Amino acid sequence: MTPGAPKHLVSIADLSQAEALALLDSAAHFFELSRQPVKKAPDLRGRTVLNLFFEASTRTRTSFELAGKRLSADVVNISAQSSSTTKGETLRDTVATLNAMQPDVVVLRHGASGAAHTIARRSRAAVVNAGDGMHEHPTQALLDAFTMRRHLGSLSGRRVAICGDIQHSRVARSNALLLSMLGARVHFAAPRTMWPAVPEALGAPISDRLEPALEGADVVMMLRIQQERLGSALIPSAREYAKIWGLSLARLELARPGALVMHPGPMNRGVEISDEVAESPQAAILDQVEAGVAVRMAVLARAASADTALS
Amino acid sequence: MSAAVSDRVTLVFRGVRAIDPALGLDATCDVVVEDGVVQAVGAGAGDALVGSERARVIDGTGRWLVPAFVDLHAHLREPGQEYKEDIASGLAAAAAGGYAHVCVMPNTRPVNDTRAVTELMLARAREVHGPTLHPIGAITVGQKGAQLTEMGDLREAGAVAVSDDGVCVMNAQVMRRALEYASHFGMPVIQHAEDHDLTSGAVMHEGAVSARLGLRGWPRVAEDIIIARDILLAEYTKSRYHAAHISTLGAVRLMREAKARGLEVTCEVTPHHLLLTDASVIGYDTYCKVNPPLREEQDVEALVTALADGTLDAIATDHAPHSPLEKECEFDAAAPGLMGLELCFGLLLELVHAGRVPLTRLLHALSTGPARIIGLAPPSLRLGARAELCLVDPELAWSPGQVTLHTKHKNTPFMDRVIRGKVLLTLARGEVVFDAVARGGSES
Repeated sequence: MTPGAPKHLVSIADLSQAEALALLDSAAHFFELSRQPVKKAPDLRGRTVLNLFFEASTRTRTSFELAGKRLSADVVNISAQSSSTTKGETLRDTVATLNAMQPDVVVLRHGASGAAHTIARRSRAAVVNAGDGMHEHPTQALLDAFTMRRHLGSLSGRRVAICGDIQHSRVARSNALLLSMLGARVHFAAPRTMWPAVPEALGAPISDRLEPALEGADVVMMLRIQQERLGSALIPSAREYAKIWGLSLARLELARPGALVMHPGPMNRGVEISDEVAESPQAAILDQVEAGVAVRMAVLARAASADTALS
Repeated sequence: MSAAVSDRVTLVFRGVRAIDPALGLDATCDVVVEDGVVQAVGAGAGDALVGSERARVIDGTGRWLVPAFVDLHAHLREPGQEYKEDIASGLAAAAAGGYAHVCVMPNTRPVNDTRAVTELMLARAREVHGPTLHPIGAITVGQKGAQLTEMGDLREAGAVAVSDDGVCVMNAQVMRRALEYASHFGMPVIQHAEDHDLTSGAVMHEGAVSARLGLRGWPRVAEDIIIARDILLAEYTKSRYHAAHISTLGAVRLMREAKARGLEVTCEVTPHHLLLTDASVIGYDTYCKVNPPLREEQDVEALVTALADGTLDAIATDHAPHSPLEKECEFDAAAPGLMGLELCFGLLLELVHAGRVPLTRLLHALSTGPARIIGLAPPSLRLGARAELCLVDPELAWSPGQVTLHTKHKNTPFMDRVIRGKVLLTLARGEVVFDAVARGGSES
């Protein structure tokens, strides 16, 4: 990275292993801070964070907003239309307009894969990808890795099953990259109608049933199944999905005893994950939410650390 | 392009390498064009004219004189989308690319599904001192895939073929009737082979790259399945079928088999499908978004082989200019297509320089091949032929980003490519329509 260039986080591939570990370590500090009565740190005082959300999101937006505010940044939330073209403005002009307001960090959520990439290429402010289409969701992967490390220590050699709609999942793509980088072994499981065209391209083996992925797993991550995909040409019904690809207590027994159960939320209880599993002591789902704020504080602090002064 | 550069002046191409695969001609000699007609081809044929006041002598040393090109597939956007391109700018680009004939697709606004639109296009083209324009009429009214157009009327008005390009004729019964009906008028039916059910939401080739980028994929089988069906329909109806811009190794195999069985089927390929793969999309470059999408190395390999062995009848540009509004946006939202008329020949000469495609095959596929598909007398160096020729410098290195292009928009991933080989002069309708030959000195 050239000196003074914005420290974007568009893809997990933007991070080296050392940078990823440094982010997770710095998140640990913010995690403790967030448990104090006074949760504020001065790191981003006077800096501006724009949360630019082209796609509706309550959880991720709130998490980023809290993260920015706990770092003392001025945080502005912008809900934009679904794409630049619907308002007849090129994406380039949208970015130029935002640049002119001199933000330090732009947190971007967009329904189109590659949108964060396209904006980062033209942005002076650091761009943090908060999810772009089916492509990536790097802060989700970081908070997942953070949660796993808190419970398991080093991820080296750990087995992680990621189950559900792999093809449409930015969570799966980012996690496959990050977890492999940290030494874990990822195993995907999905019905064949939800496989990527070339599954090997994501760098992990894939099974068409849960069982091979669950066997001996240290972590079982269930992905949210989008309602609109049920009862379509992808999946005949919620009922059959739950029966064959849902995580029940019985199936969970295939995993290592005490294996961690994770879910990026929001959950479809009774579809991809049973009530009993979601409520079991093995479920780390709320830990993930808590980790999310801390990890995003670390990510924002890193993004704002580069010299973003006008060149 | 300035109007009436030097029409009707006698041209003497001195010591040029004259190549016309259809005549078996490949000789370094003089070529004389007089009154818009090829008057003489031979060593010393221009001797008597050197120094003559009515003759312009052009040094042919190191240059080639070849039959001008015929494009089966361009989008000149007029009427209706003149902010992208119009017939004047499109024909200027075609002239600079070495074309004497350009066929224009009917996906204009309104669609060219009636005589009135065809006539309007031809009227516009007549106002331009450029290559000859040939409208392609729609197969179905509004390109909606249901009701056939008045193909007899379109033909009478000047259409040379029918196509719903951009949209596939999905209904097999409509396609069957289109093949039968178009045959009354000697027009080929040109299909945009894409099973739209298989490509719903797709924005690039389905493969390892689309899996990584999280972009919805357009699988090869969506093209192959339509071409297979259409070949069967063409055989059953004994009609002429032409597959536009084929992009897959499967399509190549199907076309090769159909031709071996003696069917009247033909196909074309674009320069970008011969030169680029889906790896170009990494980085979400919207200039690499095109329909059909850029495929993989094995497809490129199959297409180059098919060009070399003659399975591919024609090279077509699929010239598709778009404005920044349609390209400076999310990859999903970007319009597919790239411009190509001015770059096609130079880009593809790379395949000849690399020894992968014989020059005669390239020239055939740029000129004679496509001309035959639309029933046009092919441009030729034959004595007495109307001069439709193009002078090229096969070695001149240039880059599209460093010259003035005539097309209105520069949506191409080739902007910074160093291209070896350039068109210097184009004759269409017997007249000079593009002239970048340096004047002065011995050439004046």
